Amino acid sequence: MESVYSQYAWVVPIFPMLAFLVLTALGRQMKEVGVWISIVCTFASFIYALLIFIERVGSNVEDYTKGMDWIRFGGVHLSVGFEVTNLNALMLVIVTFVSLLVNIYSRGYMKGDERITVFFAYVSLFTFSMLGLVISSNMLELYIFWELVGVCSFLLVGFWYQKPAAKAAAKKAFIVTRIGDVGLFIAILLLYVYMPEHALDFASIHNVFTQPDALAAAGIGAGVTTLIGILIFVGAIGKSGQFPLHTWLPDAMEGPTPISALIHAATMVAAGVYLVARTFDVFHASPDAMQVVAYVGGFTAIFAATIGIAQNDIKRILAYSTVSQLGYMMMAIGVGSVTAGMFHLFTHAFFKALLFLGAGSVIHMIHQQDIHQMGGLGKKMKVTAWTFGIGALALSGIPPFSGFWSKDAVLAAAWEGHKGLFVVGIIAAFFTAFYMSRLFFLVFTGKPVTAAKDVHESPPTMTIPLVILAVLAVVSGFVYTPFNSWFGTWLEGTETVEHANYAVMAISTIVGLLGIGLGWLIYRKHAISSEAIAGKLPWLTKLLANKYYIDELYHAIIVTPLRAIGGALAAFDQWVIDGIVRGVASLTLLTGRASTRMQNGQVQTYGLITLLGCVLLIVAIVGRRLW
Amino acid sequence: MSGMLGSYLMLAAILFCLGLYGALTKRSAVIVLLSIELMLNAVNLNLIAFSKYGVVPGLKGQIFSLFNMTIAAAEAAVGIAILIALYRNKGTANVDEFNEMKR
Repeated sequence: MESVYSQYAWVVPIFPMLAFLVLTALGRQMKEVGVWISIVCTFASFIYALLIFIERVGSNVEDYTKGMDWIRFGGVHLSVGFEVTNLNALMLVIVTFVSLLVNIYSRGYMKGDERITVFFAYVSLFTFSMLGLVISSNMLELYIFWELVGVCSFLLVGFWYQKPAAKAAAKKAFIVTRIGDVGLFIAILLLYVYMPEHALDFASIHNVFTQPDALAAAGIGAGVTTLIGILIFVGAIGKSGQFPLHTWLPDAMEGPTPISALIHAATMVAAGVYLVARTFDVFHASPDAMQVVAYVGGFTAIFAATIGIAQNDIKRILAYSTVSQLGYMMMAIGVGSVTAGMFHLFTHAFFKALLFLGAGSVIHMIHQQDIHQMGGLGKKMKVTAWTFGIGALALSGIPPFSGFWSKDAVLAAAWEGHKGLFVVGIIAAFFTAFYMSRLFFLVFTGKPVTAAKDVHESPPTMTIPLVILAVLAVVSGFVYTPFNSWFGTWLEGTETVEHANYAVMAISTIVGLLGIGLGWLIYRKHAISSEAIAGKLPWLTKLLANKYYIDELYHAIIVTPLRAIGGALAAFDQWVIDGIVRGVASLTLLTGRASTRMQNGQVQTYGLITLLGCVLLIVAIVGRRLW
Repeated sequence: MSGMLGSYLMLAAILFCLGLYGALTKRSAVIVLLSIELMLNAVNLNLIAFSKYGVVPGLKGQIFSLFNMTIAAAEAAVGIAILIALYRNKGTANVDEFNEMKR
């Protein structure tokens, strides 16, 4: 069927871009109006994305691609355009929706900030970049937006640039993700070299990599395919905070809390998962690359979950939880189920945005991020507590919340043929449930510890997004359950038979409940003293609290040597290069000084010098003749 | 015959060098002027020697040396006039003192 709305899909990213331009041009004069411009533009985007989505859901619409020449010289031919498929229609809705809620929420959270319009301008640019990334029709265009997303995260993480920690975090986020970007860029160059007619658009990539004949005709061997796949994944590692490039994500918590929600739910980190899902054909053609994706994802899932247990900063716990959940998504894609990965991305977007916005509501009220300084907030902030609880349950994978269904899909995918990864996933799920219950009980129950007086519920502009997200965190899982495989069929375009794996469902539920139960015993009932456990295993506590010393390790093996090389090069530049330059300059100056001294007004001296010059000239001429 | 040319040229060179040495080293302005005359005469000697023993002998060289002498006389007159003016102003004929051209 002909698609109507998809033909104009380019207007979706245009709205936030418009908001960005208006706010940048006229921002300073309008405070409240500027905020509304941003909200209305994002809302318009959301409505249009929803129309596209509904149209595609309603009937079997063909993918729509439109492109035009961008650069053409000699044999080089680059194009720009947009493409609408079921996958990116879904992404458009997630991104615009989360962005819209973050916009509304920020109106309350950022109220009174000097640079509130700048903030909203950046948020609009961020949304624009991510939407552009999603509807890009070729790799190069995607890469441009990919970098724009990186710039926006830099701007927003460092939004409170007066704080040195925020400045450092912004730089770290930018530099660490750049390491991954280099990988992606090399992958694009390799594709450009190897693809027939240098085509970089996703349709051609799909055509070549799904047909072994075409692959052989293009001269792309198994080694090259694996290399391209792994390099694309390196890009995703950087953006999606997978081990070993995960270090920037927790530090990015220095930015305003709504930004954390935006980065963690919809924009920045989703880009990596989306990229791998979009170029899945490349991975599919290379089993080795798939293995790498699956194992890096699985390792990240459990690695970040264990760190999350020992953190004390509310936002950092959530950040490590995001890293861990992104590991799940990568693992799902790596074991061959794009649907499970994208489904987890879809549900995760809602409950993680919910958790971050809830945390923001708490921080906004008591200006504290240490969970030991909170407690008993549940009575004062009922809406926040309830919605946060729903988010925590969804993240812990308790039925019937959305997280259960998506985590179950991931685990069921791992169960088929990757039993090792399944076990890893189950253990990570246990830790997830444990740290979420720890977080919830410490913050919202027990005796109030906070020094802040007058704790009350946040304004409606902040609680309404929480409620909407809470509803979605409950119901969004039902689009893809073992009893209803509509989502998978729709996303992959083929009939997928999802058979209910009750063993997996039972295990994941029991593990989730066990984790919550343990958290309840320790942090609510105080039946088990957490200090006693920590006292028995001091080295482990220390290891986890220090995030496995990864930052320190990087500092020792990368930052310090690079600094040393930098210092040496700077010294070379300062002393050798500058020395030569300064030497030439001072030589000229000295010559000048010497000749000034000759000009003493004595005619006889002048004569003598003239004579000397003549003699030199004669010697030179005669000498040359004799040579 | 051409052997004679070498001797004349040698004599002229010696005279020129003496004149040059005097012009560059002597402190008295009068001696400097005299030395310049010496150099001019060395040149005259060269001209005459070449006009007599040169590759293309002729009268041109002799005519030129006559011109030279005339101009040398004029130059000496002007030079000494300047010298007297300077002496009146500064009270000395010492070349070292005449450094107004500095800067």
